[in-house]
Amino acid sequence: MIVSMTLELKDIPGQLVLALSPISELHGNIMSVVHQHEEKTPRGTIPVQITFEIDQRVLDELIERLENSGVKVARVGEERLRSSVSVVLIGHIVHSDIGDTIDKIDSTGFAEVVDLSLSMPAIEKTSSAYLVINAVGEKELKKSLETLREVANKKDLLMIEPIRPNSGGA
Amino acid sequence: MKVVRISIIGFGAVGQGVARSILAKKEFLNDQGIDLCVVGIADSGGCTVDNQGIDLNSALEKKKQTGTIAAGRESVFELISNIEHEIVVEATPTNIENGEPGLSNMLAAFKSGKHIVTSNKGPLALRFSELKEAAEDNGVLFRYEATVGGAVPIFNLIHEDLAGNTVLGIEGILNGTTNYILTRMAEERLPYELVLKEAQELGIAETDPTYDVEGIDSACKLVIIANSVFGKNATYRDVKVTGITKITPEALELASKNNYVVKLVCEAGNGNLTVAPRLVPKRHPLAVGGTLNVASIMTDLAGRITISGKGAGSVETASSILSDILYLVKNS
Repeated sequence: MIVSMTLELKDIPGQLVLALSPISELHGNIMSVVHQHEEKTPRGTIPVQITFEIDQRVLDELIERLENSGVKVARVGEERLRSSVSVVLIGHIVHSDIGDTIDKIDSTGFAEVVDLSLSMPAIEKTSSAYLVINAVGEKELKKSLETLREVANKKDLLMIEPIRPNSGGA
Repeated sequence: MKVVRISIIGFGAVGQGVARSILAKKEFLNDQGIDLCVVGIADSGGCTVDNQGIDLNSALEKKKQTGTIAAGRESVFELISNIEHEIVVEATPTNIENGEPGLSNMLAAFKSGKHIVTSNKGPLALRFSELKEAAEDNGVLFRYEATVGGAVPIFNLIHEDLAGNTVLGIEGILNGTTNYILTRMAEERLPYELVLKEAQELGIAETDPTYDVEGIDSACKLVIIANSVFGKNATYRDVKVTGITKITPEALELASKNNYVVKLVCEAGNGNLTVAPRLVPKRHPLAVGGTLNVASIMTDLAGRITISGKGAGSVETASSILSDILYLVKNS
């Protein structure tokens, strides 16, 4: 599982290593560390956001080890939906059952529609929608796009996908 | 002075642009020891031939006054095959049904040992490998920079400047008309039909805009890229094409609010050829506006190279043709 944690460190040298070593000892894979040295808490500690991949069974053990070494664990959250994609749909979006369209993504279990903006200029005109889909990983995101493509095809909706994320290097 | 004899087949916007550019660049080329001598011009009305070189100013004037340069009795085929010259500039209009008359013109030129420089997409989108083989069999060269991207030097960039690189994929906006329409729709929040009319009045879109707005023109260019760069034997029927006619100003507005523009993007890579409207981040190098064209080439050594410029226009297209002519002058 992927975990995002907010830790509070004492403002003395060596604290970051203290916080990170139990994660690697328990074979966690650290993905990002954001050290906010300028944003001290009212308690005088320094908040650090850490995201890492770890076996769910050792999570409690990890928290215990951190607390024992004097690191305060302020927040633990699972980062489930990490990959995100934006899509535009054009057509009779509402009348082709938008609830069903969203359901098709949500029911995959690995992806969800997390944002939706809809524009319906007039009754007889086609409507347009902007959707954001989040998924647990890139592979799952691709699968959810395939699902949406099929639905769009069936409902005669034009689906506008983003260019490949790695293109352009912008 | 190296005298190179040329015929111009097709004397519309592109052919006339070539004539004007040769006139405008006469001194510039003479300084490099090159004299481009046009010995024959053909349009749909007939031909004019002069072994000593046609006076291009009067040819352009005659075309303007009478609508044709027809003077002699030669057929286009006779001009290409029987009149001694080195380079045939094939600039007849694109026909994607059967490629004619360009296809026959090109094959006749190769058969009689002449190099081809062309702006005509039709024959290349339908019979690329056949044309390439015909050129090789006859020991002549086949240059077609002007078929894709107008003034933007895509093929020369890939084949000469990026030689040694393996091209992994190409993305681009290769149709100025649709790019203009999408740009205007987004900027003015106007519906498609209205912007199309405006584009037609400005001469940016044709009276029958189908080729452009349904993505067929883009697909033809993508096929030429696939064949030339990836050594495929594709035709435009192999491209998955979606046009822009269904796009609404509301969709563009929603995209814009989220920092995207919508562009008709051509994509070649992973064995797939697609033309479809895509979301492009506003600050992405592919997000060029107006009638501009852009090509972004992903290579193994150089990484990504992106070039953009004017994708159409008489003189702009002539720039690519002239570049191909000068390549032939220097390399044959």
